[in-house]
Amino acid sequence: MAKLIRNLRVETDNWLLLKAGADGTPPAVPAEGDVIVPLSLWQLRKDALAARSGKTAVWLESKDSAEDVAADLHRLPLVAIHFPSIADGRGYSIARLLRERHGYKGEVRAIGAVFKDVLLGMQRCGFDTYALRDGEDADEALRAFDDLADTYQANVVEPLPLFRRRAII
Amino acid sequence: MYTYDEIDQRVVEQRVAQFRDQTRRFLAGTLIEEEFRPLRLRNGLYVQRFAPMLRVAIPYGMLSSRQLRTLAHIARKYDRDYGHFSTRQNIQYNWPKLEEVPDILAELATVQMHAIQTSGNCIRNITADHFGGIAKDEIVDSFVWCEILRQWSTFHPEFNWLPRKFKIAINGASADRTATHVHDIGLHAVRDAGGEIGFRVVVGGGLGRTPVVGPVIREFLPWQHLLTYLEAVLRVYNRYGRRDNLYKARIKILVRETGKDKFTEEVEAEWAHLKDGPNTLLAEEVARIAGRFTKPAYQTLPEHDASFAGQLATDTAFRNWYQRNVFAHKVPGYAAVTLSLKKTGVPPGDATSAQMEAVADLADQYSFGELRVSHEQNLILADVRVSDLHAVWQKAQGLGFATPNIGLLTNIICCPGGDFCSLANAKSIPVAQAIQERFDNLDYLHDIGEVDLNISGCMNACGHHHVGHIGVLGVDKNGEEWYQIEVGGNQGETRAGAANVRGASIGKVIGPSFARAQVPDVIERLITCYIDKRDSEVERFIDVVHRIGIEPFKEYVYGKADPQSPRRNRQLASA
Repeated sequence: MAKLIRNLRVETDNWLLLKAGADGTPPAVPAEGDVIVPLSLWQLRKDALAARSGKTAVWLESKDSAEDVAADLHRLPLVAIHFPSIADGRGYSIARLLRERHGYKGEVRAIGAVFKDVLLGMQRCGFDTYALRDGEDADEALRAFDDLADTYQANVVEPLPLFRRRAII
Repeated sequence: MYTYDEIDQRVVEQRVAQFRDQTRRFLAGTLIEEEFRPLRLRNGLYVQRFAPMLRVAIPYGMLSSRQLRTLAHIARKYDRDYGHFSTRQNIQYNWPKLEEVPDILAELATVQMHAIQTSGNCIRNITADHFGGIAKDEIVDSFVWCEILRQWSTFHPEFNWLPRKFKIAINGASADRTATHVHDIGLHAVRDAGGEIGFRVVVGGGLGRTPVVGPVIREFLPWQHLLTYLEAVLRVYNRYGRRDNLYKARIKILVRETGKDKFTEEVEAEWAHLKDGPNTLLAEEVARIAGRFTKPAYQTLPEHDASFAGQLATDTAFRNWYQRNVFAHKVPGYAAVTLSLKKTGVPPGDATSAQMEAVADLADQYSFGELRVSHEQNLILADVRVSDLHAVWQKAQGLGFATPNIGLLTNIICCPGGDFCSLANAKSIPVAQAIQERFDNLDYLHDIGEVDLNISGCMNACGHHHVGHIGVLGVDKNGEEWYQIEVGGNQGETRAGAANVRGASIGKVIGPSFARAQVPDVIERLITCYIDKRDSEVERFIDVVHRIGIEPFKEYVYGKADPQSPRRNRQLASA
């Protein structure tokens, strides 16, 4: 089972991430248990999926948009965003839009190329859980959250930019 | 000079510790090269042809003498005793050891310097007019706005992994000395009818493989909205910029493929959500940043200095230097001096540690301990008393920094090229030297007048060849170095109040490329054409190209017409 960081602790991940087959066939969804399904499957069968006994969440590819799930956020306990590589930064904008534009309060999870050096930026864009990629040293990764204490900009963790926080202090 | 507060200082120190850890993990093998690469790039560390290259940020080109001494110390201790000032107002070290880079960064942090975001697909060093704060045609002090953007862009969590690098330039004066139209975003300070300060926003300019003069997407953005508007532009780019092809990933391609009007609509729609949000700037913050800049304690001096006037009248060499290398200052009795790093025989932009220390001394003695780096790769003492100009000139001569060629043909902008850079197709430095040697006669050089000659060793165009009045591009043909020549490029209207405003333009290739040894001849023929065709000495090379087109230049170079009158031949031979 992949390692998950939640609330700055390493936890076991109880969600099952479902992926489409190589030919694009939608994955089979088990009747029980909590699953994260691809956006395409969600869009095809959202009512049936939402009625399952286990919880159902959606994962977005980096080319997808926050708007693709905006209307369904009230019934999604979790939205995962996939990072195909460290270089693809679209997921950061998606997460911020989910939080700041659509007011999403559920879990926003980073999946894919998720490792120590990207965690802090993800946190500041609204992610709150991180499915570390295979082989990543979770204890080492946890230290990343202390790397850089200050943020000049407004972000999801600090909704005011430093210049407005200074005014308060 | 901006002075860090304790938070600014902690930011750079923590970045050093973070990078030290990343380097340690890479050397220990727990961070693979593929992942270390983008991380080290975000700290300016390339792996070059022979060794790593470290690019240190000189935010908007401003340096204190203390910082310059530290740069000299680093060159001496960690490198081969010299550094290279780049066209992005940064300094590059070509020979550091990877394992020592964290120590270099720690030394930089002690003088409020860093290498943050000097490379990688993120927001890079913000560049500005090297005469910021002192030019007579200034509308705002661009350095204050640059510092606001430096802080906003530092570790911006959303825009750290963009499709491609992102360069912003701010022009605070009426003339454009920052090449704003060839940046990803160019900001021109303007005042509206009511006298309020704002910015004209240019997006999607750039050089490289696809040179574009960027369009204006907003004529007036009130200053309060600068950050929210930039966030809107960056967000549209981050979401929709192309990531499938490295060469189509810059914002200029997105703007072009989307269409300027549609792109502008998208930005405005995104901005509608962000406008008036928490990132809206406050007057108190602008004042706070401005207040953290040390200000030169100018003396009240007369406009006219009799001893200076005498020196100017009697000393021709001094007068030549004054005409080319001294820029008018808005405070009476002061002037800005450009120290030329373009001496013939020296790679453009290079300075040894001893030279850096000597310049630091000059800055201390004559210019309030501050200096600037220009995007034309020279150093500037911005606040010299007019009465000290002759003494500064004499000392600059002794240092080899008094070549009176600013704005002239031999003030060549040049990338490091194939001598150092692993991306280069061809060498650029020897070409610059050969051209400088050919045009070594100062009288002739001054007669030719203003010509920007820019050289890049490859399509990435670090030497800005597209906006040189004459541009030289190194190309690879079956493993051999060849050089393509362009004419008609222009970085923008750099002259305040010019009657014939000449905006930014991209040069046109004149024809088939040349072997390295032929390049000085080609330049000479272009210049001969110019001199034959100009209507007076006032008409500059670039003006003639615009008036008559490139055909006559082609003919002079490729021999379709008799290019040289006997009179001109004699003149060239004596030059």
